[in-house]
Amino acid sequence: MKAPISWLRDFVDIDEDIKRFCNLMTVTGTKVEGYNQAGAEISGVVTGKILTLRAHPNSDHLLIADVDVGDKVLQIVTGAPNVKIGQIIPIATDNSTLPKGVTIKKGKLRGELSEGMMCSIQELNLTKHDYPDACDDGIWVLKEDTPLGMDIKKYAGLDDCVVEFEITPNRQDCFSIKGIAREASAALDKPFKDKPIMLQEKGKGKADDYIKVGITATDLCSRYCAGIITDVIIEPSPDWMRSRLRNAGVRPVNNIVDITNYVLLECGQPMHAFDLEFIEGNTINVRRAADNEKIITLDEKERILDRSVVVISDAKKAVALGGIMGAMNSEITDNTKTVLFESAMFDSANIRISAKKLGMRSESSALFEKGLDANNALHAINRACELVELLNAGKVVKGVVDVHKHLPVPVRIKLDAKRINQLLGTDIPVADMKSVLVKLGMRIDKDDIIVPTFRPDITGCADIAEEVARFYGYNNIVPSLTLGKSVTQGYRTHNQNVRKVIHDTLIACGLNETMTYSFISPKNLDKLGISEDSPMRDYLTIKNPLGEDFSVMRTTMISSMLKVLAYNTNRSVKQGRFFEVSKTYHPAEILADEREVITVGLYGDCDFYDLKGIAENISESLGIKDVEYVADRENPVFHTGRCANILLDNLVIGTLGQIDYSVSKEFDAPEDSYILTMDVSPLYERATFTNTYMPIPRYPSSLRDLSIVVDRDVQSADIVKTVKKAVKGILENVTLFDIYTGGQIEEGSKSLSYSFTFRAKDRTLEDQEVNKAMDKIMNTLSREFDAKVR
Amino acid sequence: MLQLDVMLKNAEREILSATDMKKIEELKVQYLGKKGELTQVLRGMSALAPEDRPAAGKAANDAREKLNQLFSDAEKIISDKAVKERLYEERLDVTVPGRKQDIGHTHPLTQVIRKIENIFIGLGYQIAEGPEVESVHYNFDQLNAPDNHPSRDEQDTFYFDAEKLLRTQTSPVQARVMENNAPPIRIICPGRVYRADEVDATHSPIFHQIEALVVDKDITMGNLVATLKLFAKEMFGEETEVRLRPHYFPFTEPSAEVDVSCWVCKGKGCPVCKYEGFIEILGAGMVHPNVLRNCGIDPDIYSGFAFGLGVERTAMAVFGINDLRLFYENDARFLSQF
Repeated sequence: MKAPISWLRDFVDIDEDIKRFCNLMTVTGTKVEGYNQAGAEISGVVTGKILTLRAHPNSDHLLIADVDVGDKVLQIVTGAPNVKIGQIIPIATDNSTLPKGVTIKKGKLRGELSEGMMCSIQELNLTKHDYPDACDDGIWVLKEDTPLGMDIKKYAGLDDCVVEFEITPNRQDCFSIKGIAREASAALDKPFKDKPIMLQEKGKGKADDYIKVGITATDLCSRYCAGIITDVIIEPSPDWMRSRLRNAGVRPVNNIVDITNYVLLECGQPMHAFDLEFIEGNTINVRRAADNEKIITLDEKERILDRSVVVISDAKKAVALGGIMGAMNSEITDNTKTVLFESAMFDSANIRISAKKLGMRSESSALFEKGLDANNALHAINRACELVELLNAGKVVKGVVDVHKHLPVPVRIKLDAKRINQLLGTDIPVADMKSVLVKLGMRIDKDDIIVPTFRPDITGCADIAEEVARFYGYNNIVPSLTLGKSVTQGYRTHNQNVRKVIHDTLIACGLNETMTYSFISPKNLDKLGISEDSPMRDYLTIKNPLGEDFSVMRTTMISSMLKVLAYNTNRSVKQGRFFEVSKTYHPAEILADEREVITVGLYGDCDFYDLKGIAENISESLGIKDVEYVADRENPVFHTGRCANILLDNLVIGTLGQIDYSVSKEFDAPEDSYILTMDVSPLYERATFTNTYMPIPRYPSSLRDLSIVVDRDVQSADIVKTVKKAVKGILENVTLFDIYTGGQIEEGSKSLSYSFTFRAKDRTLEDQEVNKAMDKIMNTLSREFDAKVR
Repeated sequence: MLQLDVMLKNAEREILSATDMKKIEELKVQYLGKKGELTQVLRGMSALAPEDRPAAGKAANDAREKLNQLFSDAEKIISDKAVKERLYEERLDVTVPGRKQDIGHTHPLTQVIRKIENIFIGLGYQIAEGPEVESVHYNFDQLNAPDNHPSRDEQDTFYFDAEKLLRTQTSPVQARVMENNAPPIRIICPGRVYRADEVDATHSPIFHQIEALVVDKDITMGNLVATLKLFAKEMFGEETEVRLRPHYFPFTEPSAEVDVSCWVCKGKGCPVCKYEGFIEILGAGMVHPNVLRNCGIDPDIYSGFAFGLGVERTAMAVFGINDLRLFYENDARFLSQF
C-alpha cells in the first residue's frame, strides 16, 4: 500500500522527520517497506516568466529568452517551438539536477550565454496523464497565476514523500489512507481528524427516481448503494488529485473515474461509475451470471461467465462483473452526462475464486477478497459525491439507493486489564490502554470496549492485548526467563538417539549427508525396473504437483540416491560417498505410512565390501550383533551376483549391492554405483546402548591359516557357520582374509583363505590340541562342502 | 709390564681412530680374542715368579677393563654418529600436506537443526515429531486458519485429496502435542514442510522449519522475549540484539516478526543484512486462545508462546549461501564444505 504523506496529513498531523515516522509505524505493526520522493532526483528547477524573446545571432532555430525567476532574470537559449513572451515555464537553473542523473550547468550555446534550460514534462518524469494540457513536444507551460521562483516539485506535487507499507491480511482496513492514518495517530500519539461529509445535493429529484436496485444473488452481495450525479462535465481532475493518485500508483483518467479511484484509496472501498444512459430499464440487479453469458470488460477482453460469477445487470444485459471490473457497454466517456456511482459489498471468497478463474485480479477484487466492512459502503459513496461537488464535476442528486440485508454491528469486549498485563508480563495502567484503544477508533463504555465494524479482526481479550502491546512497544516488554512454575527435562528420546548414532556413524564412515526431495516422478520406478505388481507401485499421488517430476511420494530412496550419484559423476567428482536418513511414504488408512530409511550411495574406488562394511558399522554402533546377509539374485534393481538382503530376526530390513548396469545407465549414474537401504524402525527396538566390559584374555592365542578350494557358489557365511558349529569352546574367531579365483584355481571354483584364532580362558593351548581342531575343521569342510586344501 | 703399557697405548690409538663397527670388531679380535695381544701377555705370565704373579694378574685385568671401556666408548661414539646420519638422511619436506582420513560432512541444514535442538534441550525442551502427510484438520483448522485463507489454496498447498495434504508448516505437530499432553509443554518441532512454490534461488517446494511451543500457567510475552533473546545469542553470537515487530499469524495473538542484529556487521549495515543492520529471522507470538481451545487446553487457565523459523533461510544467512537450490543439489563439492 503506497501512501503519500500529504494525503495522510488530511487525517493526522505528521511533522516528524520521515525516518522517525517510518520507524514508529514499523515498530507499531504497520511495516514500512520503503519510502521515496517522486521528485527526489529533481533539484534547482524553478518557475520563471518569459520576459523577452529574440533571435539567436548564430542560429536559425534557436531563440534567446530573458526569464524572470523571481529574484533575478536569467538568459536562456532554447530551441523549443512553443515558447511565447509572458508564459510561465519550469527553468532548470545552473547546477540543477533532473531525473536519470542529468545535471544542467550554465554555458554558451553557439556563442551566447545560457544560464539554464527550459523543461518539458518528460524531462521532469511526468506524462500527459498527469498534465493533459501539457505540450507533447515542447516546453511545459504552467498556469498563468503561478508565482515566480517557486520550486517545480512543490508545483507538481513531486515533493510529496510516498511511503510503502506492508499490510498484513488481517488488516483490510489498512489498505486505505484513512486506515493507515488511524494507525499513525496512535503511533504518533496525535488525534485522528475525521471530517464529517457535507453535501449540497443540487441535482433534481431523488436517487430512487433514477434507478431501482435489486439483489437476487443475496448470498454473494450483501449491500448495494447507488448514487446519481446529473449534469456531469467530464474533464481532467485538478492537479492535486492527479498528483495524489499518481503518487499512490494509480493512473489519472478523468474527474469521475479519478473520484472512484480516490475514494478506493482513501476509504478502502472499491467504487464503480456507470454512464446511466446505458443502463436500460433504469434498473440494477445483482445476480449470478448465466452459464456462457458473455461480457466485454473495460480491458477490452471478452469474458465467458458461468453461474458462480456475480454480475451487475440492467433490465437486459450485464453491465459489470461484480466487484471485479465494469463492462465496456456502460463505460464513462467524454460524453457522459449522468453517472451512477456504485458502492457495494461482495462475498470475499466468491470474488477471490471468480477473479482467479477469470484470470483478472483488479484493484477492486484484491480489496474485496480481503473481506471489507459493509458499513463503509455508504460512507464511501457520500465521500464520492462530496468530491463531485468539490470538483464541480456535476450535480449530486439527493439520497442514496441503499439495498442491504443485515449490516455488521460493533462488538462489545470486556477490557480485562489484569489479564492483559498477565499475558504480556507488563504493568500497563488501564488509562493508558484506553487511550490507545480510543485512538484506534474504539469506544469505551465503562469496562467494555466497543469495537468498530472496520476491525473484525478484534474478537477477544488476546486481540485487545495485541493492540495495547503494539503501542506500549513490544521491545519495552521486560524479558523474563522463568517459564511458569514447573520444571521440565529436556532430552532426546531413545529413537532420536538411535537416529543420532546412525548419523554420527555414517559421518565417521566418511559419508556426506544429502537431502533429496520427498516426491519423485513415477517414471523412476520404470527406470529402476520395478515390476508392475510390486508394493513400490502403490504410492500417494499429489493432486496438484509442480510437474510430473514431483508428482508422487517416493516409495523407495534408491532413485533419489542414484540421482545424487549421477549429478556428481556428471560434474567430474571422481568419488562419491553419500548417505541420507529420510522417509519413504506409503498409502495407509489414516494419512500415510511414513517409513524412515537409511540410504548409502557410493561410487568410484569402492566395491561391494566397502558398502557392506558400512552396513556392519551401523549395526555394531547400535549394539546389534546378529545381522545376517543373504544373497539375492532376484532384485531387479541390483547386480544379480552382487546383492544381499539384510536380515534381522529373519526379517528383511534392507538391501545392499551394486546397481544393475542397465539401471545405472538409465539414471546416467556410474557403472560402479553401490547402494544400501536399511529400514530404521526395526533398529529402534533392537538398538542398545548398554555396554559391558569383557576382560582382556590372559592366555595367549594360537593362530592357524587355512586355504581351501570350493565351488564358486559356496557361501563363506555357511562355511564360517559350519566351522563354528564343528569346533566349540576353543575357537575364538574365524576371519576370511583372501578370496581368489582364476590362475591355478579350477574354473567354477574359488579359493578361500581363513585365519583361525584359538584360545582357552584358563590355560595356554598345546599345539596338539589346536592341530586336532584344525583336522576336524578340514574334515568337516571336505565332507560338507567338498573343500580341498590348497 | 712395560709390554702391557705399550699394548694399551697402541690399542687406544687404534680404537680412537676407528670409524666404523667393523674396524672395532677387528680390533676386539686383535686385542681381546683368543689369539689376541692381551691373551698373549697373560700367557707370558706363566714365566713369572709366583710372587710376581698377583701384581701381574691385577695389571692384566686392569688392562682388560681399560680395553673394554675404550671399546664401549668408541662403539657409542660410532653408533651415535650413525643414528645422527640416519636421522639426517631420512629428513622430509614437512610442508607437504598430510594424508587425511575421509571424514563425512553433516548437511548444513542438519547442522542448523542440531544446533537449535541442543540449545533447547538445554532449556528443558523435548523434540516433537509428526507426520508430513497431514490432514486439513491439523494443518489448518486446529491452527485457527480462516476458512478462506489463501494458504489453503491448491496454489499454495499440495493436496492428495480434499482431506489429506503435505503439511505446509510444522505447527500441526504443536496441535497434536497439545491434544495428547497436559501442560507443562515445552517442545521444539523440526521437520520438512511443503509449499507449491516453483524452484528458484529463494524458493523450494520442500524446505525445513523448526518451531518452539511452551504452554503452562502464567506464560507471558516477557517469557517469549527472554527466550528469543537467549536463543539469538546462542545461535548468532553473544552480542546479538533482538527486535520484535507486531505482525499477523492466525495461530498467535499478539504476533511478532523478529529481527536479529546482523552478525556480520553487528548492526552497522552491510551486504548480508542489505544495509538494514537487522535480519528478519523468526515469526513468534502468544498462542491464540482459539488454538489452545481447539486442542483441549483451557485458555482461561493456561497460556503459551510459540515461534518458528525457516531452517534454509537461517542456514543461508549463517553460512553466506546465496542460492537455496544448493541445499538439494547434493554436490559433493558443496556438502564437503560444512
